[in-house]
Amino acid sequence: MPILTIRNLTVRFATATGAFTAVDGIDVSVSPREVLAIVGESGSGKSVSMLAVMGLLPDTATVTADEMIFDGTDLLRLSRAERRRIIGREITMIFQEPIASLNPSFTVGFQIEEVLRLNLGMSRREAHARAIELFQAVGIPEPAAKIQSYPHQMSGGQCQRVMIAMAIATNPRLLIADEPTTALDVTIQKQILDLLMKLQEEHGMALILITHDMGVVAETADRVVVQYKGRKMEEADVLSLFEAPQHPYTRALLSALPENATGDRLPTVSDFFGAEGAQ
Amino acid sequence: MSIVVEGNALTQDYFVAGGLFGKAETIRAVKGASFAVEKGRTLAIVGESGSGKSTLARIIALIDRQSGGTLRIDGDEVDIGTRRPSPALRSKVQMVFQNPYGSLNPRQKIGNVLMEPLQLNTDLPAAERRTRAEAMLIKVGLAPEHFNRYPHMFSGGQRQRIAIARALMLNPDLLVLDEPVSALDLSVQAQVLNLLADLQEEFGLTYVFISHDLSVVRYIADEVMVMNKGEVVEQGSRDTVFSNPQHPYTRQLFAATPETDIEAIRARVARRRALHAH
Repeated sequence: MPILTIRNLTVRFATATGAFTAVDGIDVSVSPREVLAIVGESGSGKSVSMLAVMGLLPDTATVTADEMIFDGTDLLRLSRAERRRIIGREITMIFQEPIASLNPSFTVGFQIEEVLRLNLGMSRREAHARAIELFQAVGIPEPAAKIQSYPHQMSGGQCQRVMIAMAIATNPRLLIADEPTTALDVTIQKQILDLLMKLQEEHGMALILITHDMGVVAETADRVVVQYKGRKMEEADVLSLFEAPQHPYTRALLSALPENATGDRLPTVSDFFGAEGAQ
Repeated sequence: MSIVVEGNALTQDYFVAGGLFGKAETIRAVKGASFAVEKGRTLAIVGESGSGKSTLARIIALIDRQSGGTLRIDGDEVDIGTRRPSPALRSKVQMVFQNPYGSLNPRQKIGNVLMEPLQLNTDLPAAERRTRAEAMLIKVGLAPEHFNRYPHMFSGGQRQRIAIARALMLNPDLLVLDEPVSALDLSVQAQVLNLLADLQEEFGLTYVFISHDLSVVRYIADEVMVMNKGEVVEQGSRDTVFSNPQHPYTRQLFAATPETDIEAIRARVARRRALHAH
């Protein structure tokens, strides 16, 4: 039984030159304890569809779907107040730019304690103690001291750890990670991915990982959705996807990986996908 | 084979001025890099942020003067601090930057982007400059009708083609490419890497290719130099470095790079299944 089921999700943006469809009739579902990777290049709508779930899109966006069911409740039929009890508590999200995701004017401790006080009704003292525990859980050294740091005093990897601590603070059922390691060095990327997988297993939460990086998919996902220009191209378990990709676009993506180069030139998307893919 | 670019114990110091809150200090961003690249070959410099790879690239591209050590281009010692490089020397070495959105002037038409290096460094007549710019557009996979368009009308991959075209206008021997494909989508990255390989073959270009991405480096490099915190920790031919990395940092870098081969995925999936079975 999936924890989140989305059917026929469409997101349109009103622009000066008319409506633009960023997500075009996508179905997504994720089960408890499952890691789902949504992979695509820029313009594939991979982030927009999850921002629609979180209700984080600007007013110019029109979101429609047949249903968007989280744990038995249709998110589309909830009032704003009812939605807020789920979003940010049961479903949380982390983003690509950890330093930009944090408020530079407050200590990281203040920001995570705020989450705990507002969402879980903790007192300042309880929140402070719990924040230190969470910092420990995400592998920040000297948590009691680091909690008083401002975001600019921490590295990108550490800021992402703080974001992850905030995201798991409420014991969510589903964590959505939007390109969580794209801005980070490869050795730090490995640490953050390992941390996400460890927390996912320990807490038994579902994880949706949005990425453009097939390497990240290979290292983390149970199941994969491949998107291109707002449409779903293919959905498969991770092994089948890499072993026997069905859709020409997936095949094109995999063969464009430099490590899969066979000749002295790389095949490009247009070799597989006709002129449209090359645009 | 002739050596196009050679560095000997190159160092770079940055002076950080003291202020209200801090003491003045000197930071050594590059701690002695030596290398030589033969004509038509590619040296890849690999490292993470803070490794000094871009600082070294700026020295090689004659943008910054090194603090110590010597740089030779085509066998001649170059020190831009004591003598301004001649137009002939400037023409020999060109650079392509990471972000094609930032490296093109949004108010300059593509045609002018390409003709400007000729205007500054040669005395070719206007008609000839235009002919060469149009020919170059075709060479990098664009079309002559793009001549009068502005950068915002192009995608990221097309802009990087324009940046490469600009760098090639002066028929350089050496191209310094600082993360030229890391801002691009995977499928566009493949096209730009192919273009670079085609151009290298056609013009006998020598590349110094800065990258953090080991799979790209493995694909494009002949020689590899690994940097960490300003230090060159390992260098050698691509095959030696990749098949038998010596330095712990290089090994750490390889271990952290995600693997996409089927056996690695199969093993991971099996581990996860076993974990869930408990």
